[in-house]
Amino acid sequence: MTLLAVDDLVVEHRSPGRPVVRAVAGASLEVGPGEVVGLVGESGCGKSTLARAVCGLNPVTEGSITFDGQPVTPLGLRRRKLTGIQMVFQDPYASLNPRRRVGDQIADGLRTSGDTTTTPADLLERVGLPRDFAGRHPHEFSGGQRQRIAIARALAARPRLLIGDEPISALDASAQSKVATLMRDLAVSSGAGLLFISHDLSVVRLIADRIAVMYLGRIVEVGGTAEVWANPRHPYTQALLGAIPKPDGLGVLPAELPGDVPDPADPPPGCRFNPRCPMVMDVCRDKEPDFGPVACWLHEPR
Amino acid sequence: MTLDITGLKVSIRGKAILGGVDLSLREGQVHGLAGESGSGKTMTGLAVLGLLPHGSQVTGSVTLGGRELLTLAPKELNEVRGGQVAMVFQDPATSLHPMLTVGRQLTEHMRHHLRIDKREARRRAVELLGKVRIPGAEEAYGRFPHQFSGGMRQRVAIAVALACSPKVLIADEPTTALDVTVQAGVLRLLRGLCDELGLAVLLVTHDLGVMSAVADEVSVMKDGLVVETGPRERVLREPAHAYTRSLLDSLPDSERGPRPGTRGDIRTEES
Repeated sequence: MTLLAVDDLVVEHRSPGRPVVRAVAGASLEVGPGEVVGLVGESGCGKSTLARAVCGLNPVTEGSITFDGQPVTPLGLRRRKLTGIQMVFQDPYASLNPRRRVGDQIADGLRTSGDTTTTPADLLERVGLPRDFAGRHPHEFSGGQRQRIAIARALAARPRLLIGDEPISALDASAQSKVATLMRDLAVSSGAGLLFISHDLSVVRLIADRIAVMYLGRIVEVGGTAEVWANPRHPYTQALLGAIPKPDGLGVLPAELPGDVPDPADPPPGCRFNPRCPMVMDVCRDKEPDFGPVACWLHEPR
Repeated sequence: MTLDITGLKVSIRGKAILGGVDLSLREGQVHGLAGESGSGKTMTGLAVLGLLPHGSQVTGSVTLGGRELLTLAPKELNEVRGGQVAMVFQDPATSLHPMLTVGRQLTEHMRHHLRIDKREARRRAVELLGKVRIPGAEEAYGRFPHQFSGGMRQRVAIAVALACSPKVLIADEPTTALDVTVQAGVLRLLRGLCDELGLAVLLVTHDLGVMSAVADEVSVMKDGLVVETGPRERVLREPAHAYTRSLLDSLPDSERGPRPGTRGDIRTEES
């Protein structure tokens, strides 16, 4: 059974005086309970927009998002029914209220879930912080500690799906993998699914069961982490993995993917990756591959 | 020109941060400095530029071409900073001023250090933007940092650092905030500039993959001390120090380390 099903989702950003930007253009994704899905892609490919839409923070233009069989509705201003989905944001300096004690902020989450037995201090302990930190304010913590508090706050509402929108990219390099594994452990041990968004492939590889690779608003490849890593099939996935420098001491400069991500307001015709693809064929320029798990004409299912 | 750091000790309010660091940078070479956070990598870079926080005590010596930097008067140090030694920081979104055009940020210190007129500064700035491979350098001159992508912003930050033709470039985690595909481009750029301009580069990074790609010499730091220094190939392939070995082993990519998708301290459903 799937916990979250995103089906052919389209999300458009409209701003006055500018063309409509299709940030997500027909993406499908599934997350099961207790499963960790890593969503990777270059910046500007629509990963965060997808996550925000799943949370109900961005209106859906087309397609559907179902959580536990129920469609996800836009988030209301005052009341929300959707406490089963919780999000951890990118910047813990901005996502925590600077004027409230962290214990109080975590208690908000406990109140929504109707949990009277757990205290904020228990949750702080679970994320690896001392219990007596509950009375402090966010400015007294470092970036890594703040992100742990944000995770504790998200977990307080007993979510069945936890979404991390680049939760580690604002952190110091060495705290990144620690916070990422902590998120994974806590989500899996509470039986919740985790949709982990990151541009850092090495961290996603450490924690994800499945990887979804996104390019310009579409998911181009989905597969088991080890499988995708060992045998990437989409040329874009190959380019992404090939760009990671290997610590082999040989001094090999990583391969550069030529060109920039095209403007999502004006995507190239045919396959979205065709202007940068090293293996481009004629069919790629005319028709968009709309199949899975690898959306590439080289891997068309028969 | 070479930069030599010998016996550099830094303590802040009585707490020892660096306990005697020795490093030497030669022109045309990239010297990588690896280590976990808190090991003093960044502090070493900041100490060279005299940018340490207030109340820190520094002993030892940092010499640039035979000139001692640590005891320089503030005025003379200002001549060195940005002029002969420049720095690139981790996050280009915060190291560039959001409300000034890229051109203004490129020419400001150039006019101060090199005492050139506006037109000449502009000409050099456009040339620099071309050198760091920013498309449309003329138009880019008048744009603001937010109009660039992350990788382009870091290129601008590198151009700012290179504006006064420094001899030494200190790059503190220059690619950590970037996408891997963009990182590849920035690393190629750094390596190319180093070879072309004969820069001595101190590359501070926690990523041993990045280190392996561009560094000639590698030093590994732990708790404020350099535990191992040597040519890249030797340090990364046959580490002599146990700490270097443990760093390499903890990487998911190493043959000795954990397999993909699994890790010792976390549970995984699939094997």
